[in-house]
Amino acid sequence: MLKQENKTDVIVVGAGPAGISCAITIARSGKEVVLIERGLFAGSKNVFGGAIYTQPTKEIFPNFEQEAPVERCTVKHNFAILGEVDSTTISYRKNDNTSYSVIRGKFDRWAAEEARKAGVYLVEETVVRELIKQKNKVIGVKTELEDFYADIVILADGVNSLLAKQVGLRKAIETKDVALSVKEVIKLDKDVINQRFNVKDNEGVITEIFGGSMLGVLGLGFMYTNKESVTIGLGITLNELVDSKISPYEYLENLKQQPSIAPLIEGGELKEYSAHLIPEGGYRKIPKLVDNGVMIVGDAAMLVNNLHWEGTNLAMISGKLAAETAIDALDNNDFSKKMLSLYERKLKESFVLKDMKTYRDLMSVMHSRKMAFLSYYFKKINAFFEMFTSVDSVPKKENFRKFIKSIFTDRSIVELFKDCFAILRLLWSILL
Amino acid sequence: MNIDKKLYTLKYSSDTESHLKIPDKEKCRLCVSKNCTYICPAKVYEWNSDRQEIIINYENCLECGACRIACEKKAIDWEYPKGTKGVTFKQG
Repeated sequence: MLKQENKTDVIVVGAGPAGISCAITIARSGKEVVLIERGLFAGSKNVFGGAIYTQPTKEIFPNFEQEAPVERCTVKHNFAILGEVDSTTISYRKNDNTSYSVIRGKFDRWAAEEARKAGVYLVEETVVRELIKQKNKVIGVKTELEDFYADIVILADGVNSLLAKQVGLRKAIETKDVALSVKEVIKLDKDVINQRFNVKDNEGVITEIFGGSMLGVLGLGFMYTNKESVTIGLGITLNELVDSKISPYEYLENLKQQPSIAPLIEGGELKEYSAHLIPEGGYRKIPKLVDNGVMIVGDAAMLVNNLHWEGTNLAMISGKLAAETAIDALDNNDFSKKMLSLYERKLKESFVLKDMKTYRDLMSVMHSRKMAFLSYYFKKINAFFEMFTSVDSVPKKENFRKFIKSIFTDRSIVELFKDCFAILRLLWSILL
Repeated sequence: MNIDKKLYTLKYSSDTESHLKIPDKEKCRLCVSKNCTYICPAKVYEWNSDRQEIIINYENCLECGACRIACEKKAIDWEYPKGTKGVTFKQG
């Protein structure tokens, strides 16, 4: 039972990785926290590509590798560059435990149950419709049924975060700042997966897919192996979808038919189709993270490092840092923006905002040079291997010369120069 | 595989009232791209040329929010379905 009816120390909105990590950290400190989830259960509205990362997850759940419902431990990362009819794949294998594939419907539910055991009041099937403000401070939330009050409200309500928008912490999202992702979980026998992906039971593979049905558009595909299913999906920046006039599921159907992908999922049965937005606005589109009585974490704060396929880790750590700040604020009985800006400082000192800042120019470069970096060079990589592996009684020297010449004739020198400049600019922003 | 077959794999609890609304239908008539009809991953929006309006199959909604952002006329009133309603992902 809560100490007071309808009033608590902290309300966290949204039971995803950010919200759960935040709530459990607060509960472990002995503070009272209510976690409100709009779905039937935690995880029921949540979708992602496929893997959680061991080190950050352990910061919240030290024994999750033994206790949580994980699928397969990633031992192999494939990078597949698809041309129009061919593909080149780089594969990195190491038998360690950097990440695990999980099914969110199971994992998030387990994590929320752990939070409940730690003392979090988990309220499911409840939509927070708006934040309640009094004298410039957020003091609670309005749900469909009743109002709840708290000293601090933490928004972990996901990429759409209508609540952050409502209280003016962020502007309307633009189509170039989100990717729409669609994915399918395809049922396959465990042995079939092991054989097709060259792994043993409980060993998994992550495949990042470039090009293919997405040549020249700002999109990436992915595959993850689960125990008895394979996930395949893709994410395409929303403005690209709008411009291309092609439905996201058509891109996915096309990807599934690529010669290097199709045999991997052949004979599988579709278990579930799903879709979700991915925040891709990057560092410059991060909203105001705090205001009086309120903080924003996870996807709601646009914390996604798309180049490295990281999101759940940024969510968990941002949730944890917001929780630590909330605990300090409660101890000082100070819920002002000034006090809560400690969260922003902690984020800045952590890898979270450092990484976001490192890649601050990535998306703008990609948007402006997509035909180069997401089409031309992918095709050239494949063309190189096509040339290198061809046996056609043409002297090799001629083939090499022809290939090198094609780089300079298939694309204008000015464009090639611009590509080099873009890469240098990007490297400059990343490394310095 | 067509989109209807994909949507069959999902568990829905449909509300009797739509959580997606277009209060000003004139905006759709003036809209050239009608991008909601092809960007939506669940094909929720369909243009009915006889009635000159968008038909909203809200029961199929995956609650992703793409239409809200992509609609160039900002014509869609988008909110989450009630707590017990909408889609439930078992896999995610």
